[in-house]
Amino acid sequence: MDTFVQVRNALSMPIAPLQYLVSWPVQFFHSMGTVLSSHDSLIKENLDLKAQQLLLQAQVQRLLALESENKQLKALLRSSTEVQGKVLVAEVMSIATDPFVNQVTLDKGSSDGLFVGQPVLDANGVMGKLIQVGPLTSRVLLVNDPHSGIPVQITRNGMHAIAVGDAYTGKLHLVNMPQTVDIKTGDFLITSGLGEHYPAGYPVGQIISVVKDPGLQFATIIIEPSARLDRSREVLLVWPNKTVQGKK
Amino acid sequence: MTQSHHWFVIPMTFLVAFILTLLPMPEWTVWVRPVWVLMVVIYWVMMAPHQVNVGTAWLAGIFLDVLNGTLLGEHALAMTLVAYLTVRMSSRLRMFPLLQQGLVVMILVLLYQFVLFCVQGFLDQLPSTWLFWTPPVTSMLLWPWVSSIIKDWRRRYRAI
Repeated sequence: MDTFVQVRNALSMPIAPLQYLVSWPVQFFHSMGTVLSSHDSLIKENLDLKAQQLLLQAQVQRLLALESENKQLKALLRSSTEVQGKVLVAEVMSIATDPFVNQVTLDKGSSDGLFVGQPVLDANGVMGKLIQVGPLTSRVLLVNDPHSGIPVQITRNGMHAIAVGDAYTGKLHLVNMPQTVDIKTGDFLITSGLGEHYPAGYPVGQIISVVKDPGLQFATIIIEPSARLDRSREVLLVWPNKTVQGKK
Repeated sequence: MTQSHHWFVIPMTFLVAFILTLLPMPEWTVWVRPVWVLMVVIYWVMMAPHQVNVGTAWLAGIFLDVLNGTLLGEHALAMTLVAYLTVRMSSRLRMFPLLQQGLVVMILVLLYQFVLFCVQGFLDQLPSTWLFWTPPVTSMLLWPWVSSIIKDWRRRYRAI
């Protein structure tokens, strides 16, 4: 089984140069646009960013205090506590994909230590996970692909569910939820960390419609993914946190 | 002809076709994009059946599958079938005027799309829109240009 995966990964080697060849000019023009943007707008952006950074730093200080407090409490409860994981920023290659597959190609591969099954995030939420890692490129299965399933938790009441991609709408839906379930439009979903593929606590999406048709066995619940699946240029690769047992 | 000197014309056309397949385009063109690689395969199988045959078509299909991340062999199957039919008709097709060739290309691409449609059906991932059936039309409309450009290349480099 492993051999076949390796063969499939090796097959991506000869196509990598072609992918770089197509992707490079597009990215070049994109970076040219950045270079040519006017002085004024850069100053304005810089000021905005400084203000934002100040705000964020203030929030981080508060979070640090909360995190250390949380760790202590968790240690007291002798439950697992999270260690800061390693992260890497990768760029999405500007190449078209077949409309049948909800996948994107990244410009990092096994030479950067990536591995199959690794979670991929963007600034707003969970994007997907790696399904194929070649030496120079890798392929991400997005969360809205029908082959993707992700264990989630509703922030309002802590309920667990599984969100599966929807082939036709580009959104996600919750599977096997009974008609009586306590889910409302506008509820936020985060990863629950069950299944140990995705790290816990990252935003997945927001519920945009709940249809409880008495003729059906299960409720139809549609989720708008919070990650910008078709627009993100830069993504974050996460080495999942190892869970360690809290000391007594 | 000094074909050995200009062996690169065929690989170059395939390379350009793969680049056109990968080139990022606006969202609405996703389904209407002509099937570039298949058009090049049809052209060469029609014009040079001794250089480009069903095996080449199969290789191009496998390459396309790896490139797209689709089920391995899906495009290869469709392409082999179309290449086989083309090679059976190649001597007749060469005599056809461009318009008639374009119509045959439309039917061949339609067959290609039908095979892909069936495979996607087996996978339970049928396309969501009727635009899936537009590539035969766009390929037919672009056929005169594709075939003239490749013919021009062949003349210029005196290949085949």
